Amino acid sequence: MIIEHIDAQLPGAITDRHDFRGDQTIVVAKGNLLALVDLLHREGFQLLVDITAVDWPERPGTQGVGRFDVVYHWLNLASQERLRVKVPVADGETMPTLTGRFKTADWFEREVFDLFGIRFEGHPNLKRLLTWDDFQGHALRKDFPLDGGDPFCMEGCTAPYNNGERARG
Amino acid sequence: MTMDSIALSRQQLDGDHMIVNFGPSHPTTHGTLRIVLELEGETIIRATPEMGYLHRGVEKLGESLSYQQFIPLTDRLNYCSSIMNNVGYACAVEKLLGIEIPKRAQQIRVLVSELARIADHIVCVGVNAVDIGAFTAFLYLFKQRETVYDLFEMAAGQRLHTSFTRIGGLFRDIPPEFAPLTERFLVECEAAVDECERLLTHNPIWYDRTKGIGAISPEDAVNSGYTGPCLRAAGVPQDLRKAQPYLGYETYDFDIPVGTTGDVFDRYLVRIEEMRQSLRIIRQVLDRLEPGPVIVDDYKVALPPKEKVYTRMESLIHHFKLIMHGIDMPVGEIYSATEAANGELGFYIVSDGGKNPYRIRVRPPCLPIFSSFEEQVKGCLIADAVAVLGAMNVIAGELDR
Repeated sequence: MIIEHIDAQLPGAITDRHDFRGDQTIVVAKGNLLALVDLLHREGFQLLVDITAVDWPERPGTQGVGRFDVVYHWLNLASQERLRVKVPVADGETMPTLTGRFKTADWFEREVFDLFGIRFEGHPNLKRLLTWDDFQGHALRKDFPLDGGDPFCMEGCTAPYNNGERARG
Repeated sequence: MTMDSIALSRQQLDGDHMIVNFGPSHPTTHGTLRIVLELEGETIIRATPEMGYLHRGVEKLGESLSYQQFIPLTDRLNYCSSIMNNVGYACAVEKLLGIEIPKRAQQIRVLVSELARIADHIVCVGVNAVDIGAFTAFLYLFKQRETVYDLFEMAAGQRLHTSFTRIGGLFRDIPPEFAPLTERFLVECEAAVDECERLLTHNPIWYDRTKGIGAISPEDAVNSGYTGPCLRAAGVPQDLRKAQPYLGYETYDFDIPVGTTGDVFDRYLVRIEEMRQSLRIIRQVLDRLEPGPVIVDDYKVALPPKEKVYTRMESLIHHFKLIMHGIDMPVGEIYSATEAANGELGFYIVSDGGKNPYRIRVRPPCLPIFSSFEEQVKGCLIADAVAVLGAMNVIAGELDR
């Protein structure tokens, strides 16, 4: 139902859609995201349940389709309708932040930045959330080794890890 | 956080402000998380939460584990009520597969989930009371929690890290002595919850320490991504068991307690009432529990029984195929949410049809709640921070994953 609304009010914004096991998914371009978010907020999708990303390194980095999908999940508390919005973004490209509209976005965006290295333009405090500040790489990228590469993941670390040497004792 | 960012500024050095490290290892933090408090006297000027001390990379590990192998990792998310995470994850994979599990498995899942909810709320309420200084209620409640864990041990063989569910049902049926013991627990727990209420609800010290602390408006709560008891305490009657029923919750008769102000006191009241409602649900489950299979009869999804594996060729082949090549997954993506003790526990699974999930995302309920911590405690006294943190029920295992 919401998808028809979006189609009517933002014609052409939805580049792709599918419905798998009852989960409505739409794909929009980065440029249309903020307009879409305004619309969703007006339509009652006020609970931003989750922000995450999926890495598709093999996907061709042609125009419009990037390496990552940033995935947003919304819930409409009145109608209990859920909507998944996916935004393709290339490696090194930035995303607009949703922190102005949703306070939830703050930490979720920090987490996506931490684990995928996608920067959010305009985020007030875009720092790593789960790993430490001088952690090298982004752990959930497919090309990040499962064991962290270096056994202590501390290459290039400064304080408080004693110049890369692991403290003993 | 590097050392620079917590270095003392000129003003702080002048003695106006004091930096206090709350955690990483502190009885209130339920795991390891750290909050850097900037104080002026006893008043909190800034609170900077820092997390990741318990980050194990569950989502990364999930990408190299089969769907079945991920279950033990879900135990360690919210380790106070691990069975609910097992149930939530199994429901997600079953949604991806598009299968329905047997009736008895659904009922037992509801039964153990509600037991786990009680155990989780006991930890939250009991420990919150201890943190604030009321020790006695904790003792009465923890006796009941012990019983819940004994029941889990009986059902799953493990007290804390249960791994009770399998894709398509349960690892095994509950033993015959489970139901009578649960009946006894229902009576005793009801009495213990009443006892706890007598000790706390009208206790003026408890009231003064919790009333008005951490209050939040329903709009702010929704905007901050609150779910679960904290959202309901703020006055939003959102409970996935009622709103988007799963596992047959629509057939049970129970109420959703709702608060008005969202403060620590309301969160406490909501949790107390939810324990009573969970007891109601458990009673109904026990009444309607019928004998039957507890796992789907589809050997492409669930392992065949051991005696068949040892005696029949075809079962042995199924066993081998399932262990070595995994379940034949459809290509697609799903998001499945269940109402865990802390709120909406979601699993977003992207499948490329392989043995392992291409991407598995755990949506922890307490991360958005905890992200509003600074707003909640700004201007409060340092002792209130303890009360607010306890009432949020931040479990580092699911916060950091």
